[in-house]
This record gives sequence, C-alpha cells and structure tokens, in this order.
Amino acid sequence: MIKRFLIARETLLLGVILLLIALVASRFPGFVSAGNLVNVFNDTAPLIILALGQMVVIVTRCIDLSVAGNLALTGMAVAMLNSVAPGLPIPIILTISILLGAGMGLMNGLLVWKLEIPPIVVTLGTMTIFRGIIFLISDGKWVNAHEMSASFTGFPRAETMGLPVMSWIAIGVSLMFLLLITRTSLGRAFFAVGGNPHAAVYTGINVGKTQCAAFVISGALAGLVGYLWVARYAVAYVDIAGGFELEVVAACVIGGISIAGGLGSVGGAVLGALFLGVVKNALPVVHISPFWQLAISGAAIVIAVTFNARSNRSSGRVILKPARSNS
Amino acid sequence: MNLKTRSLPDRLHSPRSQVFKNWETLLFAVAVSIFVVNSFASPYFLDAWGLSDATFNFTEKAMIAFAMALLIITGEIDLSVASIIALASTAMGAGLQLGLGTTELVFIGLAVGLLCGAFNAVLVTVLGLPSIVVTIGTMSLFRGISYIVLGDQAYRGYPPDFAFFGQGYVFWVFSFELVLFAVLALIYGILLHKTNFGRTIYAIGNNPTGALFSGIRVQRVKFILFLLTGLMSGVAAICLTSRLGSTRPSIGAGMELEVITMVVLGGVNILGGSGTILGVVLAAFVMGLVTFGFGLLNVPGIVMSIFIGLLLIGVIALPRLWKMFLNRR
Repeated sequence: MIKRFLIARETLLLGVILLLIALVASRFPGFVSAGNLVNVFNDTAPLIILALGQMVVIVTRCIDLSVAGNLALTGMAVAMLNSVAPGLPIPIILTISILLGAGMGLMNGLLVWKLEIPPIVVTLGTMTIFRGIIFLISDGKWVNAHEMSASFTGFPRAETMGLPVMSWIAIGVSLMFLLLITRTSLGRAFFAVGGNPHAAVYTGINVGKTQCAAFVISGALAGLVGYLWVARYAVAYVDIAGGFELEVVAACVIGGISIAGGLGSVGGAVLGALFLGVVKNALPVVHISPFWQLAISGAAIVIAVTFNARSNRSSGRVILKPARSNS
Repeated sequence: MNLKTRSLPDRLHSPRSQVFKNWETLLFAVAVSIFVVNSFASPYFLDAWGLSDATFNFTEKAMIAFAMALLIITGEIDLSVASIIALASTAMGAGLQLGLGTTELVFIGLAVGLLCGAFNAVLVTVLGLPSIVVTIGTMSLFRGISYIVLGDQAYRGYPPDFAFFGQGYVFWVFSFELVLFAVLALIYGILLHKTNFGRTIYAIGNNPTGALFSGIRVQRVKFILFLLTGLMSGVAAICLTSRLGSTRPSIGAGMELEVITMVVLGGVNILGGSGTILGVVLAAFVMGLVTFGFGLLNVPGIVMSIFIGLLLIGVIALPRLWKMFLNRR
C-alpha cells in the first residue's frame, strides 16, 4: 500500500519535471537538445549525490545541515593538497576526500549517538565550525585553477561513454543506494529506526548506531562531492556551496522523504534533486533572473511539505484531536 | 526528532530546576570572568563608550532570542528569523523609495515581521507541519523574495530621524537598543514567569498531549509565539537597518544560528520544557562580551563563528559528558 503510494508519488514528480521541460522547450527548443539535457544532468549530479546521503539521514529522523560545510572543507583540503603535491594520483585524492568527509560525518554521528544531542543543534554547530576551519587552514585565500594540476581538474569533466565522469558517479551512487536500501539489513534498519525507534530497539537494532551510520554515509558523500565540486569549478574558497545544504534538504522534501522519518525512496531523492536542477537551469533560458532561485526552492519546500502532510494523513476516525509533540 | 521520553517534573522544586538555577549562576560567573580577563587582555576594554558600542553585538539578536526562547520551550523552533529581518528590511527600503516617513517605515517593519510570523504560524499550527522543515523553507523563501526585489542592489538614504533606533542614545551611554533590550527582557520575563500564559508554555513543552487534556489551547499558544517571534524579528530589522543605514538582501545572514546559540547557552532545553529569560539575558551578555573581546584582540569574524559553533555544541555536550563521567565512577 505504502509502496504503491510511493510509486504514484514518484510518477507524479516525474510528470511535473517532464511538463516543466516541455513548457520550456515549447518556447526554447534548444533546451531539450541531447547536449543540453546532459549538461542539466551533470550540473545536478552533486545535488543528486548529496540528496541521497541526506535521504538516509532524514529517514532515521535526523537532519544534516553540515553537508555544504563538509563539502567546502574537504574541497579546500584536497585542493591545497593538490597544490602542494600535484603528482598525487586521482584514486588517492578520491579516497582522501571520502575519508575526510566520512570523518566529519562520524563526528556528527557520535555527537548524536553518544551524547544524544539533537541532530539539528549538532549540525548547525558543525556547519559553522567547518566553514571556520576552512578559513583557518586557507587563511582566507583562494586556491585557483593555475594551482591545481590538469589531472585534478580534468577528472570529473572527462567524458566516457557520452557522459562526464561526474554524471557517471551520480548514477553509480544512485544504484548503490538502491542496493543499500532494498537489499541490505542496514537499509532496512534505517527505515525501522525512522518508522518506530522504540520498536526498532525491541527488534535488536541499535538506534543511535544506525543514525551514526547515516551521518557517516552522508558525510562521505559530501566529501566525495567536495573534491568533484572544487575540481569541476577549478576554484576553492571559504564560501563555496554556501547555503547548498538548504537545497539538499529541499530536494529531499520535494522527493517525498518525510521529515518525520521512516518514509522515502531513492527515486524520490533523485527526482527531487532533478526537479530543482531543471528549474535552476531553465531560469536563465527563459530570462528570469537567477536571484529567483532561492525563493523558488523555498516555496518548493513549503509546498512539498504541505503536500506530504496532506497525503500522509491517516483516514481513521478522529475521536479526540491529538496534540502534536515537537516533530 | 527526539526519541527519549522525558521525565516530567512532579514537584515544584525538582532537582532539574535546581540544576538550572546553578546554570544561571555559572553563566553569571562566566560573564564576570570574561569581563575581568578582557579588561586585563586589552587596555581599551574598560571604557564606557566602548562597552556601550559592544552591546550592539547582542541587543538585536537578544530581542529575537527572548521570543525564540518561548518558542523553543514549547518544543518548536523558527529558523527563518534572519530571513524575516531581510524581508522586513527590504520592505522598509521599498517604502522609502515611495517617500514614506519614519513612522510609516517602522509600521512596515513591524507589519512584515508579523505577517511572516503568521505565515509560519499557519503552516505549523493550522496545517500541522513540522516547524523545522517549514522554517527551513520560509528561510529560503523570505530571503529569496528580498533577492528577487533587490538582486545585487541596495536601498540607502534612510531619513535622519530613522537613525535613532539603531544609533540614538536615550541617556548618556545607554543606547536606544540597550534600553529596548532591557524593557523587552523585563516584559518577556514577566510573561514567561509570572503569567498563566507563561505556565501554559512550560506545560506544552513538557507534555503537549497532557496540556491539551488539561484545557490548554496548544495550537493557539504556539500560533501566538510564532507571531511574537516574527514581530521581534521585525523590531530587530528596524534596529539593524537603522544602525547599518542600508538594506542589502544578505542583511543579517546567519543570525538565526547566533539567536539559537544564545537561547541554548541560556539554559533553555532545546527539546522544550525548561528555561528562563534570565538565562537568555546572561547568555546575551556572555556572547556580546566574548565577541567584543575577540574583536579587540583582532580575531577575524569567521573564527568567532567557530567559537559560537563550539559553544552551541559544547553547552549541551559538556553537562552530558560530565554526567557520563560521574556514572562511570
């Protein structure tokens, strides 16, 4: 029943995205050329990857607002590493960025797990701490394109089989998440913890540990995207991806992932991210100022969360209206 | 988002309230020691006008923090306050372009604050949505509207008498903002600790269902608190705009974090149910003194934000670590 509903929701979202593309294409046919669609997808790849990481965090009833800070710190760290040691091969850079990101995710996770601090407080705090650390290690300076090696900046842009590597990574991560969610016990545990933490405890699931795992996954992906982001735009500075965490949460909420936990799907996260990506790329095409972007994603969050609540409402007879406790 | 069931205070003087009494004493001690350390660290610290300037570091944030404290005690949160400032300031700037005077501008600032608060309130209490997501959404939405209106432009040229709110002095070194801060602290202190309304706020925070069953209109109280938070953001917008003398869409960016840090540092339980206005006032002084002291020592702003982030986590983490340490022994 729930599964069928989710499928219906995703098809609806897919329909909206296609409608949006069709609307833009009716005025500007160039928008639907294969090359441009690849560009749109490639441009949305970081958002897709981060939205997937955020999804497992939200499903376990937490939230990770530190992803953009994590991304920027990892990006700066590997960019500085590259400018010092240009000969370092890409697989090592990738490993370092994933480990760094996972380390920061682990920090969030441990604070949530061991000290039971509300995730929103932890990640609001680490969000600013990470940004501050970037300033400390970089001294506020930029790492520019000429300080990075060609292989470092070339990797995410290299085209293989018609798509840039960045897009392939997004596709790969999506497939891995599909496996993680549907085929592993950890994937089930995420949903069990989010759906009913007390019941999860009785089935032998360590709630805090599972939430910590979600944070580590989200952090590792943020680290990965940190390298890809810095390499793709060939610049690293304190404020890269500023406010991106809100876009990531927006993608999840639009994708039907319930902030109350226990509800969400890989397809939803990917489509939510694609929706925002299409809007973002369509704005300049239809000559709307990019300054509209922020308000549009804000409005999309509000509309999506309203919609989520409406469709999730139970249809049983209400005898006495229950008061809601804090989310 | 919280998984633990909290024990309810069944006695008037529970050990918990005792802890929070200690918490305020601790904060007071911290404030005093920062004061002393700073006066030794920098020869420029102990100066009436300098200290008076330093109060601007926290007065605007503290105004919002009072209302936010009430909201957090009921178990809700509002992350959109800084964006409400941006929108209210933009609206005042737009009014300025129409040639409106100071009175109208103040009215616009307050009205926009109230409207934004009402928007959050309707979404949270009428539609029953979680306040964290709603206010993350409106945080982008409100500031986004400012960006649509202003883009990379700015509004300037506020009338001279408008400058009083952010730059004027009521008496000697006591600025208008400082006096307003003191008056609001008193009003909120009385509201929370001496009225029935204040008691219902604690009741809701400790047990919303129980509060409903004892005849408290839970949603209405929350509605009023969102309105108040919006209104306070409007007041802060007037002060900040007046002090800066211009409006950019990035005005007050990131302030929500500092407001929430102030509330949590003040001993308000982030999960709801406990906290005092005195604590928030002391936390405001501590944060203001630290920022001012760091500023005198030439510490850049972004490093101060690391400190604020650490403070936010540390304030909650340290007592819990201490408890774990005691239990282990």
